[in-house]
Amino acid sequence: MDMVRNEVRNLNHNEFSETKSLQHATEQARARNYQDFLIVDVDSHHYENEHYREVYSYIESPVMKMEAMESINRGGRSAFLNSQVGYQGLSGRITRHNQRKHYKTSGKDKHRDIEITKEWMDAMGVDYSCLFPTPMLFLGLHPQVDVEISLCRAYNHWLCERILAHEPRIVSMLYLPFNDPDAAYRTVKDFGDKKGVVGFMVTSPRYKPVHDNAYMKTYALLEEIGKPISFHAAYSWDDRALQMANRFISVHSLGFMWFNMIHMTNWVVNGLPERFPKLPVLWIESGLTWAYCLMQRLDHSYMMRTSDCPSLKRKPSEYMREMYYSSQPMEIPDDLSILEATFKMINAENRLVWSSDYPHWDFDLPSSVYDLPFLKEQSKRNILGGNAARLFKLDSKVVKKIP
Amino acid sequence: MPECFVAKAVDLKDGDRRIVLSGKHEVGVFFKDGAYYAYSNYCAHAGGPACEGILVNKVVDIIAADRTYEGQTFSDELHFVCPWHGYEYDIKTGECAGDRRLKLRKYEVIRRGEEIFVVI
Repeated sequence: MDMVRNEVRNLNHNEFSETKSLQHATEQARARNYQDFLIVDVDSHHYENEHYREVYSYIESPVMKMEAMESINRGGRSAFLNSQVGYQGLSGRITRHNQRKHYKTSGKDKHRDIEITKEWMDAMGVDYSCLFPTPMLFLGLHPQVDVEISLCRAYNHWLCERILAHEPRIVSMLYLPFNDPDAAYRTVKDFGDKKGVVGFMVTSPRYKPVHDNAYMKTYALLEEIGKPISFHAAYSWDDRALQMANRFISVHSLGFMWFNMIHMTNWVVNGLPERFPKLPVLWIESGLTWAYCLMQRLDHSYMMRTSDCPSLKRKPSEYMREMYYSSQPMEIPDDLSILEATFKMINAENRLVWSSDYPHWDFDLPSSVYDLPFLKEQSKRNILGGNAARLFKLDSKVVKKIP
Repeated sequence: MPECFVAKAVDLKDGDRRIVLSGKHEVGVFFKDGAYYAYSNYCAHAGGPACEGILVNKVVDIIAADRTYEGQTFSDELHFVCPWHGYEYDIKTGECAGDRRLKLRKYEVIRRGEEIFVVI
């Protein structure tokens, strides 16, 4: 019998570390020499609900703060914040969602979320990460606009003071309380120059049209300070059309495209790229296929209906090609020539920015881009980090420590 | 072919598994319903630890004779699930539930007396 030396591991579901959970990602990072070049993740997440007591302490209204704090003690009954039906964790199949509670911090960083974020960033080979909240992605659907404004302001204060001020590798595009245009404007005014704030983000599920005149001063201010606006996709099972869907796969597949398709259409048709030519616009977490589809569709109609969008001087796709797109979830077809065509349509070499969406259930690794056979090495590096570094004005020096 | 020690047979209870690392090989060895199965621990999707997730039976729709939908249940087909993204594999074949053309590399498991080995 030919015996070889080997190691045998038993699984322990009562402990969790990002380094262990992502060990195979680290193997990829080493094999592909990620240590040699910059990788920027433009869309990752933390679970701000794990720190609601801290976040709520920043709510300015004493009445609303009392309501919010008391809601923590109520547990799941009669919540202060809205939520969404949805089984994103695949009924326990995505095990890290439940195992996170076993994560033990060492205390070496100022905050648990800094430590856990840096640990998975290093494990994947990421230098900088743009961090977003999780449950707050649905806050634009809260029936009380005051709650969106108050919580957004509290969260932005908390994020700037507790996270961004202490960790240069973590940046964010801050939440804009878009249901109140004046509050959105104030948010940019008050937080635009804070450390680590690389732009501002609109959560897409909501029912306010982006071309409303009330938003023009906010876009103008963003353009003036040179920071991008982004639209972070999510779903709403309460949307009238999506109420017809009976499975989460349907709501997720459609919902994450649906709201961004509407916002993009309004943005382009109403000539906002002509009105704000220097304002970078980034579309997050809708994948790539929606943009390709919408470019063709709008161009087709535009040639017959220029009177509907007289502000445009070019075809809609030409404006869309100048915008930025985050890569995740990258829908990879069996026939890669289709994906290659999509990359060409959106000018991926200069406008596609890699994102992980980690730790959410459908996250992507850098290899989702690095392993594409039709990309040259420089294109890979642009998409994985160079484009985002230019967009966010980040230092291009590699700072990660792959384990 | 080299053989790698997995466990003493008595230490593997029904539904247990071990991950065996040998050189470039990382293999998940399962013991379920009296049989041993061993597959590559690298998911065919993104390279996740395919054999380290939960075991769950295949979900099926219940369609009545008149072709109406009557709900869902679990079938007898047992899957192991990659914990990174939820890709499911048939424990008996290593085939991916979403596309049977995708298969994890299968390894032979042998029992020598009271000890279990996987052939790398």
